[in-house]
Amino acid sequence: MNRRVNQASLPDPSGHFDIFGGRYVPEALVAALDQLDAEFTRANADPDFWAELNRLRREYSGRPTPLTEVPRFAAHCGRARVLLKREDLNHTGSHKINNVLGQALLTKRMGKTRVIAETGAGQHGVATATAAALMGLECRVYMGKVDTDRQALNVARMQLLGAEVVAVESGSQTLKDAMNEAMRDWVATVDDTHYLIGTVAGAHPFPKIVREFQRVISTEIAEQMTERFGQLPDAVCACVGGGSNALGTFADFIDTPQVALYGFEAGGDGVETGRHAASIQGGSVGVLHGMRTYVLQDADGQTMDSHSISAGLDYPGVGPEHAWLAATGRADYEAVTDTEAMAAFQLLCRTEGIMPAIESAHALAGVMRLGQRLAVEQPDATPLIVACLSGRGDKDVATAISYFGLPGHPDLYTGGQA
Amino acid sequence: MSVTSSAAAISAARASGRAALIGYLPVGFPSVAGSLAALSTLCGADGSSEGVDLVEIGMPYSDPVMDGPVIQRAGTRALARGVRTTDVFAAVEAVRAAGKPAVVMTYWNLVDRYGVDAFARDLANAGGSGLITPDLIPDEAGEWLAASDAYGLDRVFLVSPSSTDERISMTAQAARGWLYATAVMGVTGTRSASSDAAPKLVERIRSLAPGLPIGVGLGVSNGDQAAEIGRFADAVIVGSALIKPLLVADDAGTPEDLSGLRTVVADLVQGVRR
Repeated sequence: MNRRVNQASLPDPSGHFDIFGGRYVPEALVAALDQLDAEFTRANADPDFWAELNRLRREYSGRPTPLTEVPRFAAHCGRARVLLKREDLNHTGSHKINNVLGQALLTKRMGKTRVIAETGAGQHGVATATAAALMGLECRVYMGKVDTDRQALNVARMQLLGAEVVAVESGSQTLKDAMNEAMRDWVATVDDTHYLIGTVAGAHPFPKIVREFQRVISTEIAEQMTERFGQLPDAVCACVGGGSNALGTFADFIDTPQVALYGFEAGGDGVETGRHAASIQGGSVGVLHGMRTYVLQDADGQTMDSHSISAGLDYPGVGPEHAWLAATGRADYEAVTDTEAMAAFQLLCRTEGIMPAIESAHALAGVMRLGQRLAVEQPDATPLIVACLSGRGDKDVATAISYFGLPGHPDLYTGGQA
Repeated sequence: MSVTSSAAAISAARASGRAALIGYLPVGFPSVAGSLAALSTLCGADGSSEGVDLVEIGMPYSDPVMDGPVIQRAGTRALARGVRTTDVFAAVEAVRAAGKPAVVMTYWNLVDRYGVDAFARDLANAGGSGLITPDLIPDEAGEWLAASDAYGLDRVFLVSPSSTDERISMTAQAARGWLYATAVMGVTGTRSASSDAAPKLVERIRSLAPGLPIGVGLGVSNGDQAAEIGRFADAVIVGSALIKPLLVADDAGTPEDLSGLRTVVADLVQGVRR
């Protein structure tokens, strides 16, 4: 459709990105969404708010995060020079803290005392529990039963931080069901509770607010690239589940057409198998969790189960701004399979000594594919590609042990036992 | 407005000096045929009671964020047993055959996917009175406003204790038939006591939208509560309490057993006549 819309003006005041986004929610939540939108607008214009958030980013979270060039990994990416935006080096181990600190400050400004959150891999839940501990807020995290089983380490981390973790046993028992349960909680507790959504999804104003708190990723990339290379990157890449690290990586570049934007969705066993979580590549336009966007749905509009080795990308929808960026052609979205992602996971470990989250490994696999493709299309060019390394892989070690069939015992024994 | 409209059923009850009783059951649970039999009992067509005044037929949905555990469980089983969107039209016809008006309660994506105009057309053809839309607020309802106008269907929006006066007025303007007032802040499900938020909300709606009938739901579980709510509301809406006995029968391996449902319906029918 290629219509020209200035991204800075989106979403429109009613929360739409053209046909996407909006508010498909129970009336009971509208007052809280309006309150949140008004508070964000006030805070956004308040230098004291940003001073406090920037102080926390610097002194608590550890920003700015480094931009690390990875030449041994890039040897597998055609002729590209590859740099990783190290969101994995944030406190709590992922980009999720960027959004959580902002929303927790908003919670305090609204005079609310309790936060609830949904989490898939547990990264957002851990970040929320962390901010709640820091700011003295009560915290409950909803997590699908399938995910509490496969991410037991993060469940324990949240509990150690003082949060209550609820395993959601309805539906597919994954991220989407955790969101449903968090919504049900919020409908009943909206007076004193803020629903701290972890991604650029849900009803307006969440997609806008989360984007603005994640925007720092692209702002820093632009500064670091300009300082080091005297130019912006040729392309930026990120994995896309709900899409918060990707939108943070894209935000400052959306109105700069010379920077190509690539989002890599979870292709699971392959989009053609139907067992995947690639809502843009393999879904259709519908309504889910308060927004109009691309959804994995059957002929009747029932949400279909998504499949991905990565709990954090295992979601049958996507943020509405991504739907808009895809529909307008401003960003390109491709699917990366479990197999490709795990190969990239292992490659980054072995070539650079960096263990990525499996979510982020989807972006790495995408960079390998993109770099190799560009080497064919533009054989004389040396493109500069930045990929967002959204999280670290410690939480995924159990998955990796089982995927790679690691023996779980040392490789050799010295002998010498009595 | 046609004689089958859901508002007419509410006014008829009012004319006889009581609140109307609105009963909710999902299509497809315990099976499509089983749900038609249960709806018939709900209407009193088996002679067990006078039945409800208006039937609310639920469409099971994979992600029902306004529903508590009871309706979720029935909906999940209905979906697992293969219920389809088109089955709702058969349910509407069954309720009409039992002599009662029917509205459909559905999450929006199912209608969106079917095609808003096509859904309105097929609902009207089946004899349905309109739609209750728990996750569609008037702000997003442009297509539905047009389709419901075209086919003369009631559009029942929800208002809640947290709604501002401005939003109540706007929602009442957009509604046709009646308004659904959620008695408590929360999801569907039976509660031991209804809160005092309900009479306050009804009073607010009456002053902002005089003349528009108001149904009160969420948390009504027995005849006593129905009687209490019937004193200030135009209609009392009951859902989870009707489904519970069906779940018990289903769990016991006797899904065709409607005796528990009959008892609950009779108690509620009595309640609004107290």
